[in-house]
Amino acid sequence: MTEAIIIEGPGAPPETAGQARMRALRGFVSRFVSKPLTVLGLIIVGVLIFTAIFAPLLATHSPFAQDLANTLQPPGAAHWFGSDEYGRDIYSRIVYGSRYTLLIVFMVSVTVAPIGLLVGCVSGYAGGWVDTVLMRLTDIFLSFPGLALALAFVAALGAGLENAILAISLTAWPPIARLARAETLTIRSSDYIAAVRLLGASPLRIVVRHVVPMCLPSVIIRVTLNMAAIILTAAGLGFLGLGAQPPVPEWGAMTSTGRNYLIDAWWLAGIPGGAILLVSLAFNLIGDGLRDTLDPRAS
Amino acid sequence: MTFPSGTETAGRYAAYGRRANNGARLLGSVLATLFGLLVLTFVIGRVLPADPVIAILGDDYDPAAYQRVFLELGLDQPLYVQFGIYIKNILTGDLGNAVITGRPVIQDILRVFPATMELATISLLIAVLVGVPLGVIAAVNRDRLPDHIIRVVTLLGFSAPVFWLGLMGLVVFYAHLGWVAGSGRLSLFYLDLVPYRTGLILLDSLLAGEMDVFWDALNHLVLPASILGYASMAYIARMTRSFMLAQMNQEYILTARIKGCSPNAVIWKHAFKNIRVQLLTIVALTYGGLVDGAVLIETVFAWPGFGQYMVGALTFGDMNAVLGCVLLIGIIFVGLNLLSDALYRVFDPRTK
Amino acid sequence: MQEKLLEVEDLTVSFGRGKFRVVDGVSFTLGREKLGIVGESGSGKSMTGKAVLRLLPGGATLEAKRLQHQEVDLLTADERQMRDIRGRRISMILQDPKYSLNPVVRVGEQIAEACRLHQHVSGQEAAERAVEMLAAVQIREPKRVFDLYPHEISGGMGQRVMIAMMLVTEPSILIADEPTSALDVTVRYEILQLLDGLVSRSNLGVVFISHDLNLVRRFCDRVIIMYAGRIVEALAADRLEDAEHPYTRGLLAAVPRIHAPRRRLQVLTRDPLWMEAPGVRAP
Repeated sequence: MTEAIIIEGPGAPPETAGQARMRALRGFVSRFVSKPLTVLGLIIVGVLIFTAIFAPLLATHSPFAQDLANTLQPPGAAHWFGSDEYGRDIYSRIVYGSRYTLLIVFMVSVTVAPIGLLVGCVSGYAGGWVDTVLMRLTDIFLSFPGLALALAFVAALGAGLENAILAISLTAWPPIARLARAETLTIRSSDYIAAVRLLGASPLRIVVRHVVPMCLPSVIIRVTLNMAAIILTAAGLGFLGLGAQPPVPEWGAMTSTGRNYLIDAWWLAGIPGGAILLVSLAFNLIGDGLRDTLDPRAS
Repeated sequence: MTFPSGTETAGRYAAYGRRANNGARLLGSVLATLFGLLVLTFVIGRVLPADPVIAILGDDYDPAAYQRVFLELGLDQPLYVQFGIYIKNILTGDLGNAVITGRPVIQDILRVFPATMELATISLLIAVLVGVPLGVIAAVNRDRLPDHIIRVVTLLGFSAPVFWLGLMGLVVFYAHLGWVAGSGRLSLFYLDLVPYRTGLILLDSLLAGEMDVFWDALNHLVLPASILGYASMAYIARMTRSFMLAQMNQEYILTARIKGCSPNAVIWKHAFKNIRVQLLTIVALTYGGLVDGAVLIETVFAWPGFGQYMVGALTFGDMNAVLGCVLLIGIIFVGLNLLSDALYRVFDPRTK
Repeated sequence: MQEKLLEVEDLTVSFGRGKFRVVDGVSFTLGREKLGIVGESGSGKSMTGKAVLRLLPGGATLEAKRLQHQEVDLLTADERQMRDIRGRRISMILQDPKYSLNPVVRVGEQIAEACRLHQHVSGQEAAERAVEMLAAVQIREPKRVFDLYPHEISGGMGQRVMIAMMLVTEPSILIADEPTSALDVTVRYEILQLLDGLVSRSNLGVVFISHDLNLVRRFCDRVIIMYAGRIVEALAADRLEDAEHPYTRGLLAAVPRIHAPRRRLQVLTRDPLWMEAPGVRAP
């Protein structure tokens, strides 16, 4: 039905590549934010970032200040989200805890993306036995469920926030590497790579200057899709007492302490866990929006 | 629990099937993966820790034991010799002794594993029985109200921390409503009432004809299994939806409608028949994810299974026990991959 | 003309609430004859066929003054009535058996299903009818083929299966949507001959949709030419040479001939006015 389709768009054709790219980006963004659920996800993540930055201003109490006269207070005017077993204000601890959540997501993402890119691009560009070995390695990591492998790494490295970040990174890179490899394989066979090669560029230069930049957008998107899983794994480690150590107000660890007071004071576990759910949901909503916008079949 | 995205999994399995198109290659690839698993656990257990002996014995060790383990591991010898010893031990079924129980790790694992298997299997059953119909309903009503509702339900399943759901489930359904039993596999007075046969209490109690025990066990199982199954249910529902959507656009669906098939016949007899094999693959994969989630849910429900054992070992820094568990999970995953590959071959007429 | 099997008047199919009309005011009738609909891709010929069965893709709107199949008003029939008509009274052959057969159902079973849906027969009888039908579409060893899956048979055989599936219920109208264009040139003629033999024997009405003018003039009694959703010309197949519309003439001129070779085939030049002019009413 070709003649029935009228391509709508701004009148004049783009004059430069940059202009065309800007236009494509604008179209992408407008489609992306047209879904209410995606916007909701963006808002929640926005609030999370805002909270993390302005935590000292938003908190009503110090996250560590104990008040043994007022332990296990239910949510109310004095303590919006109640108080914990040491009388600490849960609301303030949640506010400060947002920093740890963001820190983990950020650190894991910036660790995983380069590892995945490196392994994937080298594997895809080099081919042959390098490819076989690297992809076999990736498969082995992929053949473990995320949490179990992270647990094993923490067992070897010791508990703690830094080690938890490291352990999660070590388990989260394989899907990125697979994606980068697949992208590299398509890029490698393209004409402009052949042209650069004819000009005498070294393989290293080709990978770094030409292959990696082309893989980057899809890698960034894949990392974004992964953020909810990162949050949940980190919270799981925290809950098992293998992540951030008390008295750090990390949400998973807070939920774990709350377990001991579950029946009498549900809010100790309920509220931090709810916060994890909310943030992980937000990242999933964003991921969903990205997937829908990028999926050519959707339109 | 992390799940790979749909296209990735499907692609991976398609590639798996193509790559391993004959038995020898498949065997080679499985052996290579298993070998990789051994290398990985060796690195985690013997290379990463500052002192592997302390990692095995814990902080308060006895010097004589230290010396013995030091020599057993071959730590006075080069790394490849140590690796050789490690492999030899594992191939002979020796995973070392667990400090927390004082028994061989392999025995411990065999003892606790049935509890996890029972939990994971019931979870999977719930996930499939709920997830598949939800996915089909969502696909058939694409972009209409049922689809939106199911989308929210599945997104919550992906996003909720399983340990938190467990805790809140206990608060609501056990403490407040009293609908289900609390922690553990059985109430105290039913413990050790039925003889141990399979280790699966549901089965053992039926075999012994003890219906009271059976109902008690079921009462304990239903909440942790439902919560553990939720995330998998969400995953299965999503995959079912996207598989179904891909089929509903196919030309043979139009053929079926031209023939005069009812909407139900079009969905179940034509479209669904085409995704059964893909779904089997997904379900096999999900089972591995359930073992992963069991680590957390067993901690919450004091479920005496493999996950609780592993967490206990982690807390006490019992490296032999931890490595044994990791190895077991890895082997289960490789096995499930093989199984789904086999299912693909058996059930898809196109691979014959 | 004798009995009317299908009457279509002012049929319009549009997307986006009437914004894009892919079929625009098409009128024709069909008796026990072979009617060809010819046009380029996007001319709306396929949509016309699907509209008759009310099997348009999602988002499409169907409007018509009249859409009558014998005593049934297809415009007002509910979904249940339509299901009874589809397959039993009006059926349709699709272009490519590679896609139009269900890949995981044995071909015999697919034919038997059509039978079971509309005739009150046992599974056993339906299977027997399917085997008979496979024999009728000149498939050797029909019993063996019954148990094969679509990927195990060739394209030509697949289209025979499709024909068998659509004729097993003895419908009164058969719509054939480019039934041979996905096939190898060598099998096309065989399939066409088979189809011709079967429809002449059972004396049903055929709507033959194609972009191939040569094929249509050989196979059909009458030809409708569609352009941009409208009928621009309607003629008896043997009077195609008398076509007046420049589009039809252009199509004819673009066909190579063995007996009157030309150095260079003419390329069709389109007049935007064709899209404005009112459609022709086919008798």
